[in-house]
Amino acid sequence: MLEFRKDIFADERDDNLIEIGQPTARQDILGHVTGTSPFYDDRRFADLLHLKVLRSPHPHARIRSIDDSAAARAPGVKRIIRAADVPVNLNTMLSLMAGAGAGYGAAGQWGKDDEPSLASDVVRYKGEPILGIVATSERAALEALAMVRVSYDPLPAVFDVEEALKPGAVSVNPAYPKNAFEYYGKYDHQKLRFGDIDAGFAQADLVLEGRYQMSPIEHAPTETNGSIAVPDTNGRFIVYTSTQALFFSLDTAAKINAMQANQLHFIGGTVGGGFGGKVDTLTEPLAILAARLTGAPVRYRLDRHEEMQFGSPRGAERIYIKDGIMKDGRVVARQVRAYFDSGAYTRLSSYAVVKCTAHIPGPYTIPNVHADVYCVFTNRTPATAMRGFGVTALDFALECQMDKDAIAIGMDPLEFRILNAYRDGDMKAHRREAKNCALVECAQVAAEKANWPLRDQFRRMSSREGGSPERGGIADRTRTPAVSRAPAHTSAGRTRAPSVPTPVAPQRMAYERPAPATPVRPAPAQQQPASRHVPPPAAPTSAPAGSTHGAPRFSSVFGTRRR
Amino acid sequence: MSINVKTFSRLAEAANALSSERAAHFFGGGTLIMRAVNEADPGVQTIVRSTDPVLVHIGLSSGRIELGAGVTMAVIIAERELSFLHPVARAVGGPAVREAATVGGNLFARSPYGDFAAALLALDASITFAGGLGQREQPIEEFLGRRDRGHAVVATVSFRRPPPDSFRFSKVTRVHPKGISVLSISAQVPFASGRVTGARIAYGAMAPTPVRAKAAERALEGRSLDAAGIAPALAIAADGTSPADDAIASAWWRREILPVHLRRLLLGTAAA
Amino acid sequence: MKTPIQFILNGEETAAFVESGSNLLDTLRESVGDLSVKGGCWQGTCGTCTVLIDGAPRLSCVTLAETCAGKSIETTAGLRSGADLHPLQAAFMERFAAQCGYCTPGMLMAAKALLDRNPNPTRADVVDAICGNICRCTGYEPIIDAVLDAARGEARRRA
Repeated sequence: MLEFRKDIFADERDDNLIEIGQPTARQDILGHVTGTSPFYDDRRFADLLHLKVLRSPHPHARIRSIDDSAAARAPGVKRIIRAADVPVNLNTMLSLMAGAGAGYGAAGQWGKDDEPSLASDVVRYKGEPILGIVATSERAALEALAMVRVSYDPLPAVFDVEEALKPGAVSVNPAYPKNAFEYYGKYDHQKLRFGDIDAGFAQADLVLEGRYQMSPIEHAPTETNGSIAVPDTNGRFIVYTSTQALFFSLDTAAKINAMQANQLHFIGGTVGGGFGGKVDTLTEPLAILAARLTGAPVRYRLDRHEEMQFGSPRGAERIYIKDGIMKDGRVVARQVRAYFDSGAYTRLSSYAVVKCTAHIPGPYTIPNVHADVYCVFTNRTPATAMRGFGVTALDFALECQMDKDAIAIGMDPLEFRILNAYRDGDMKAHRREAKNCALVECAQVAAEKANWPLRDQFRRMSSREGGSPERGGIADRTRTPAVSRAPAHTSAGRTRAPSVPTPVAPQRMAYERPAPATPVRPAPAQQQPASRHVPPPAAPTSAPAGSTHGAPRFSSVFGTRRR
Repeated sequence: MSINVKTFSRLAEAANALSSERAAHFFGGGTLIMRAVNEADPGVQTIVRSTDPVLVHIGLSSGRIELGAGVTMAVIIAERELSFLHPVARAVGGPAVREAATVGGNLFARSPYGDFAAALLALDASITFAGGLGQREQPIEEFLGRRDRGHAVVATVSFRRPPPDSFRFSKVTRVHPKGISVLSISAQVPFASGRVTGARIAYGAMAPTPVRAKAAERALEGRSLDAAGIAPALAIAADGTSPADDAIASAWWRREILPVHLRRLLLGTAAA
Repeated sequence: MKTPIQFILNGEETAAFVESGSNLLDTLRESVGDLSVKGGCWQGTCGTCTVLIDGAPRLSCVTLAETCAGKSIETTAGLRSGADLHPLQAAFMERFAAQCGYCTPGMLMAAKALLDRNPNPTRADVVDAICGNICRCTGYEPIIDAVLDAARGEARRRA
């Protein structure tokens, strides 16, 4: 049962909820239980043709020759689709979001067109499409595919993100020869800089490092990716599709087919399981092309093996975290180095890396943060979105690290999080003020539900108390690249004052750092490191009377706000 | 081009068709062959079926049990006299698979499938064929070694009914309750006067076909069924096996956990 | 080469002209036009295509259509009678036992096969009955609850 803790932040909102908390039937559940919800394939066409695709068996190879003459003559075959037939045979998904006019040069903010719909000279991952066959039945198309003779020169391949970034590594993607995506045409990673990471580690009582790895994860929806493109009238096509991203897929298909968007009518709606695996517009462009070339409705449906091999997975991620922790439980430094395995082409991974960087260091006030996040190309199936991509894997790593940190200093892991959680008014590593924080309260309620003992002082803490821009401290100590503007304010003091009323006695020191060989040069105002001075609580941000939804909306981290 | 489907009322005719047609396969329950058809596998061009009643016959005499090769797992589960085989039949696929999967089909199923065949191996079954030369009988172990060659059609399997409570079965999977085998163990463990005599142990998914654990069987002979008694057998449990690395498990893992599950099976502490 | 087959579909005499070697899933969807049966793997491993043949649950994607001659086939399209939903359908709705809806027809048929033979299943019986049906959305618990509800006759609903 759903329980509403309306006592928490009660003064901040109107709790006259109408929909939230009431069970509401899905608008399509009647269709689901009667088997009448229309999935893309729930249409009949008397003259339907079937498109099947020949795929690379190699992770990396040069195509020396393709002989499809026997296939072209096979029974039931209506048309062979080759790379040369594709009107615009190079694309990157996010080219739709910001074109060259965004001020970052011809490459655009979101990168260069790098992926062919049909490979012609080189194949860069196992399963990459090379050639399509349109036939009167799936069986006829599959039998014809078996007659195509392709000769390959296998090339060395790279599968590991860090290997791929080493000098001299196999180059995967010709648009990015060093295997790292380039932002704004020149930066090979995303950076986050806040405070002075070296000083932070020098100051810390303990330093703890962790390495975290997630594998690619396949969404495996019960309904595989697919679409049916149907010639309509006057040069228009109707496309029934499994996509989660209707307009996105329409525009992508229009670009690849060099068509106007108003020549395409996309009908989606019922997605038989997406989870992010149906945003890459895997089938629509070639289905439309096949319909154009044959004048007939064409279905391009992935079978289960193709869904596993060719259907894009959540990208694998490797994350290194290095934390500097004080004995009293404060995390004073966090350094993150993360690598996204984009596979052979960019797709959405460049965006995932931005999201990841925006999420560092997690919902905790840490005064010194340093992160480098890379989008790396390897000879693997191109990765895509899945359920919070860019963020979920990072959270896995961060929270494992938080547990290890807590254990290392002998502190309860929940209390450790409450101690370090953002408070309203804290300054985050991204130079935004923390607002509407609630991790403290969530942790307290979770502890209560789990009968997890919390000490009184932690049960009394609040997200609305003890936060301030100075609690973390910024600006003067941030070592930034020359182009960044001067900070608008200086912090009042270097005092690192947590909102903890009394120091926490550690029970165990498992990873005690040895005393430094040379004395650390303190920054100018760092005279009272042990002070427990509690700053006055930040003036509560006025909740406008009568406001019902006071939280500011999530604002873009894409850099579209001009500074 | 489309598949040819040929149905014969007599099994011997079906066997003849099998040897004379190109890329022909005998159709048991279809759970494996229809996948190949759906994928337009060029190795399957002709399907040969038979409605011969011998395929669905079950013979339950006092000493010997005979099962037609077309008897399904569901039919076995419904037959009270075959209750000792119910754990094996229940472990094949889910309910819908069990309505189609046949004894004969399981004999030819590639590792890591084929748990029912492994049980038949532990039961010392005989395989009876219908072929051009009339019925032939073959011990199952010999059959398994040569099942890829020839076009004989399995008509029935038969075995001596095991003494009550002497037949044991355990299937290890990653997904519960239904999953493909990491491994399976079938065992007849006759036990008299506190000693094991004439044990038969067969493994599924520990080799390209079901295999007998003969070293372990010998090590159990005359031993007691307790921790100390079975220790020598456990130490060499994996002798004679050649498990594969596949999507389900690695060969290393299969060898590692085999003695653990054999111990549980022999001591009666295997999970239900 | 095409073969004519006749069978009973949801109580109605039905005929189809099928390509030799066709599976029942394609026959029902494409020849007969019953789109309530869905295909997920075409390998007999996901259960999405489950139908009932003479009361037994079967995977239509690996069932040779010609073997169904003369048999009685039930699909989700035949579950409701007029405006009245089958208790399983009503229970799935009330228990939020469907999200994307793609596994739902197969789940309903697997559950019906259970309840037709065992009107009083235990939770373990229900789990076994649907163990061959994959759902990627619900986590299965709402489905198990719905089947138990339907068995207990708690669902009364008109569409």
